[in-house]
Parts: sequence; structure tokens; C-alpha cells
Amino acid sequence: MSERCAVIGIGQTEHRESRKDVSLPGLLREALFRALEDAGRTLADMDAIVIGTAPDMFEGVMMPELFMADALGAVGKPIFRVHTAGSVGGSTAVVASHLIQHGVHEQVLTLAFEKQSEANAMWALSPAIPFQPQLVAGAGGYFAPLIRSYMARHDAHPDAGPMVAVKDREHGLLNPNAHLHLTQTLDEVKAAPMLWDPIRYSETCPSSDGAVAMVLANDKHAKGCKNPAWVLGTSVRTERTFMAGRDQVNPGAGQLCAKDVYDQAGIDPRKDVDCAEIYVPFSWFEPMWLENLGFCDPGEGWKWSMEGKTRIGGQLPLNMSGGVLCTNPIGASGMIRFAEAARQVRGTAAAHQVDGAKIAVGHAYGGGSQFFAMWAVGSKRP
Amino acid sequence: MSDHLAAPYTFEYTYRRSMGPVIGRFLEGLRYEILEGVKTADGRVLCPPQEYDETGAPTTGEFVQLRPTGVLKSWTWVAEPRENHPRKTPFAFALVQIDGTDSCITHILDAKSPKELETGMRVRVRWAKEKRGTIQDIECFEPSSPILLGPVHLDFSVMPGVHQTAYLRGFEQGKILGGKCKATGKVYVPPRGASPVDGQPMDEYVEVADRGVLTTFTVVRIPFEGQKLTPPYCFGAIVLDGSDLPFYHLISGVAYDEIRMGMRVKAKWKPREEWETSVENILYFEPTGEPDAPFESYSEHL
Repeated sequence: MSERCAVIGIGQTEHRESRKDVSLPGLLREALFRALEDAGRTLADMDAIVIGTAPDMFEGVMMPELFMADALGAVGKPIFRVHTAGSVGGSTAVVASHLIQHGVHEQVLTLAFEKQSEANAMWALSPAIPFQPQLVAGAGGYFAPLIRSYMARHDAHPDAGPMVAVKDREHGLLNPNAHLHLTQTLDEVKAAPMLWDPIRYSETCPSSDGAVAMVLANDKHAKGCKNPAWVLGTSVRTERTFMAGRDQVNPGAGQLCAKDVYDQAGIDPRKDVDCAEIYVPFSWFEPMWLENLGFCDPGEGWKWSMEGKTRIGGQLPLNMSGGVLCTNPIGASGMIRFAEAARQVRGTAAAHQVDGAKIAVGHAYGGGSQFFAMWAVGSKRP
Repeated sequence: MSDHLAAPYTFEYTYRRSMGPVIGRFLEGLRYEILEGVKTADGRVLCPPQEYDETGAPTTGEFVQLRPTGVLKSWTWVAEPRENHPRKTPFAFALVQIDGTDSCITHILDAKSPKELETGMRVRVRWAKEKRGTIQDIECFEPSSPILLGPVHLDFSVMPGVHQTAYLRGFEQGKILGGKCKATGKVYVPPRGASPVDGQPMDEYVEVADRGVLTTFTVVRIPFEGQKLTPPYCFGAIVLDGSDLPFYHLISGVAYDEIRMGMRVKAKWKPREEWETSVENILYFEPTGEPDAPFESYSEHL
């Protein structure tokens, strides 16, 4: 690496169940011009565009990055699309940061999006292919058995997941960008119907339309900016889908990804991280990832969630923005985590700001708990 | 008071209305699906056009052609239409501001339910099939959606490949085949083309039992588009005896609240004469009645 990289601009769209008021390019432009304005830049200043979204079946638009090249200001410039399933928003930001860090470009626009209302992700995730029964039933169908495994392995209190849902929805109330603004009590969460036992409706992420964009810049361009978020470490890790003895509750690739980021940043996750935005589409993934990312020991995650350690004001605030449980444009969800981590260390998170946050972690995962992307960002130039 | 006389009487006559140059032109336009407004002296556009604006000043006589779309400015829902109402089914009376105009037209709006209506929403003209040069040539307004339906239909031929084919051929014989990894000796069900450990071909097949341990599971209670099974249904991860990796199938023959991790289950096969080349030759897995497997015995398969 020859260059430092910083986030100098962030923009998000309004996230809703259906953004019928805008086209797909219009949705992206809403986010990207907000990011450019935040950075005090124009499209002409951008050297390259790096874009990510979920698999094309989720929207039914083949290669949207090509169809939207002009809308994104990419004509005559490089545009790259990243594909890593649900973790794509995170790995897209990582690829963009590498272009800066390796001196290929000076200023890069990176964005991620999903217009879920144009299609049906449940349908896209649940093909009924010949020769076998149709067992897959959306992402929840895949992850529910893993959650059950986690609960059994660590004899977790059954309220831990519902308490995460209560907490993230409370955090979401502080974030005007969040799709869901819900007040719900623990009893209300527990009274909601089971969709995929043990996952309740109330412990499930919504389906959102939305986009997020970030302007990344090298040292030369970031120096003059008011409050850049410096990239301290980035990592993307992957593991096999089918492998005898594969631990899907605490996947090895997630552990490797986290360790790589902490090593690059020179930080201890238990001492130096002020807050994190992690990918929690179903409530129980908060304790699962707390352990997987090394914030606590295996078996301690559910206790942390129940003890309020992950609330704003707690020992390690998680998902201050309300997280994926409040806002889920699938392809953008990972990058929103990365952007929200950057907002914290820039001190621009407004009502959901963690006081004095200096180092924050953004995390995303995808596929069958097999693709991981993370970064650590800091307020201090490394 | 019973001496009050009463008799039915119908008053009926067809008058002849002179429309004048402004409204006359407007209505004649509707006959050809042309929607026009008129400019006022101070530069506004009125639709429907008037000879005079609300201040009494004459309009200019300059007509402006308009698009048959607009914004719903106000509405009231008529849940139970009366005999003389313009529609037999529930509808809304609506004030619509046609795009490019500065006034509203009063008309009716067709919708299935008031839940579809929202002040400020986009609406469009639905033209009557038969036109007579009257305001009813606009049959009604209707919500306009900026959504274009984009159906996709792709036909595939699914070719499962060498190892999956061997696996499926096994089901024709009532057998479940796994593939043995040369490097580790682990048995994968279904067999895979290459070992995930060293990439070597996994071409040694072994038959595994049609029974094993249910390691974990979910009960699906959510309906979704394209769903073949009717919720609720349970599917789970089963490590078949002689294999080293969970294989997923339906769990039935037992109440959902009695299904548990570690339960021993066995295949419930379809009657032999109904067997096809499919994993669906097994209807589901059901409890064997054996004691549950201890957690430690399957914890590495979670």
C-alpha cells in the first residue's frame, strides 16, 4: 500500500418499502449527489466508480452497472461491479478503498443499492429446481436452523434475540434515514408470529428500496477535508459452502476476516473499538457475530446483548443506526454498515452518534454465512 | 292527516345547451381524446376551459393542449353509490389538477378501495369507449402507476452433472449414495465433483443409511411467491449414518413441538411403484423412536 484512504463524503437515499417515485438510476443519483455534496466534490472530480448490488435476479435487471453507466457519471471512466451476495456492499467499499490505497486512483465514488420493490427476493432465493423437494424458503429458511444451533450450543436465554430487536428498533428511531421507525416492547416482539421457527416476524429485517454512496479520497485530497474517516484496515474472506465439519455458527472465514482487519489497523477489538455496525438481518446474528468477530468469547454474545452492552451508551454500541433490522436494501445493506461506521468517527451521526467515537468497525456477510467483508475506520490519520 | 292526496309525476324534457366557443371546443376535443385548457390574461391555464376567469376577466381564447394526466388534489369516497351516481360500484368524487394547468377539474375516480387513494397521487384519464362530445367522454380518472411490468420467462434444461446423476439414479433403487473424499475419508451426501479439501475428484460412491441424526431444523410458517409446499412445514439438517455432512429434507410424522435437535429420524419412502429419479422418492423423515443422540456426537455438524 502506498496511499492512505479516507471517506470524505457519505450520502443515503430515503429508504422505504417502495420508492415508486424514482427509477433505478434516479435512486442511485439521489445517494450519489448527497455524497458528492457532503464531500464538496462533483462527478467530474471522480476518477472511477465502484458499484455493488445483490444478484441480478433480485431486481431482474441484467448488469445494471452498464445500463446506468451514464447516470453514474462513468462515461469515459472505469466502472467496476462487485459480486459477493449479501456482503456485496461491504466488499464493494473494500475494492474502492484498494484503488485509492494502491495509488491507481485519487478519488473514487463507490455505491451500492437495491430496489427490492421491483422484484421478490424470497422468490429469487427459493428456486424449485427439478429432482428434489423445494426446501429453501428465503434467507430466513437458511439461517433459522443456524440460529437454533447457536442457541443450543451456548444454552442461550430465549429472550436474547428479541432484546436485540427491541434495541435496534429503538436505535432506528434516532436515525431519520432508517426505513422502519417502530416502537416495540419485548412482549410485543415475543408475541409476533414465527416465520421460520425460531425467527419471528419482529426479529426479521424489512424489505427496502434504497442506495448509499461514499466518496473515497487519497491523502492529498482528504487532507483539506473537515472530518475524514480514515480507513485503518480492510478485509474480504470467503469459505466453502459444502464442507464436512464446517462451523456455520461461528464461521472460520468471519474470524479470519476480523483478525486481518484488526492486525492491519493495529487494534485490539476488546479495547480499541468504540462502536460497530454489523450485519444483523435476524436478531440472533448480533450475539453470533459478537463472538465471531472476536468482541467477546464464544458463548458470551447472548449475555452481552441481554446486558445492554450493545446499546448506545453501553460497552460496545452496535448498530446505532438501527442496523439491517430497520433498513434492508439488500445490496446496499453492507455498505450502509460501512458508511455508518464512517459517520461515527466523522462525528456526523447526529442523534445516533456515539460520543467521542474514534475507531469504528463496519461488517457485512452474505451467502450461506460464507462471504465476509469488514473495515475499521478512525478519526485520526494513520 | 290521511286526506292528503298524492300521485306519481315525472318531469322530463331535453333542453338544448349552447356551449359557446370555449367550452364547445373543449367538449368537441374530448370526442377525439384531445384535452385542452385555455390561457387567462394573466398567463394561467384553466381546465376545464372557461370563457371568463374567476375575477370576471375574459380568457384569451388561446388554447393549450394538455396531457391526460394530473394530480389528485382532493377526494371523497362513495362507498354505496346511489341510483343516479355515475358508477354502480364504489368510487370517489375527485378534484384533479391536470398537468400544466392552474385549476382543478371535478370528476370521478375509479379505484378498488379508498386505501389506494392518497391526496397528491398521480392519476390519468380513462377515456370512454363511445364518445358523444360530453364531459362523460372522460369515463373517469384512475390512479396511474409509474410501474411497467417486466415479465421474464427463461426455459432451462437442468442437467445435474455426473455425480448428482449417480446420486439421483440411486433414488431409483431406493438407495442414498454419498461420495468419499480421498484426502479425508469423509462422505458427502450428495456426492460432489471435487473434494472441497484438495480438489481431487470424489468419484468413489458409497451407500449411506436412510436414517440418521436430525442436527437442526426450522418450521417454515411464511408463504411466498413460487412456494410448492403449503406452510407450515418443517425441514431439517440430517447427518445420515455413514455420512459426514448434513443433508436437508422434510421432517414429518411428528408434532412440530416434539421435533428436537438430536432426534433420530428415518426416511419415509413413497410406495415403490411411484418412485421416480428424484430425492422426492423420500416423502419426509420421521422419528425412529430410538434414544436421542447426545449433543457432542453431532455438534461439529452445526
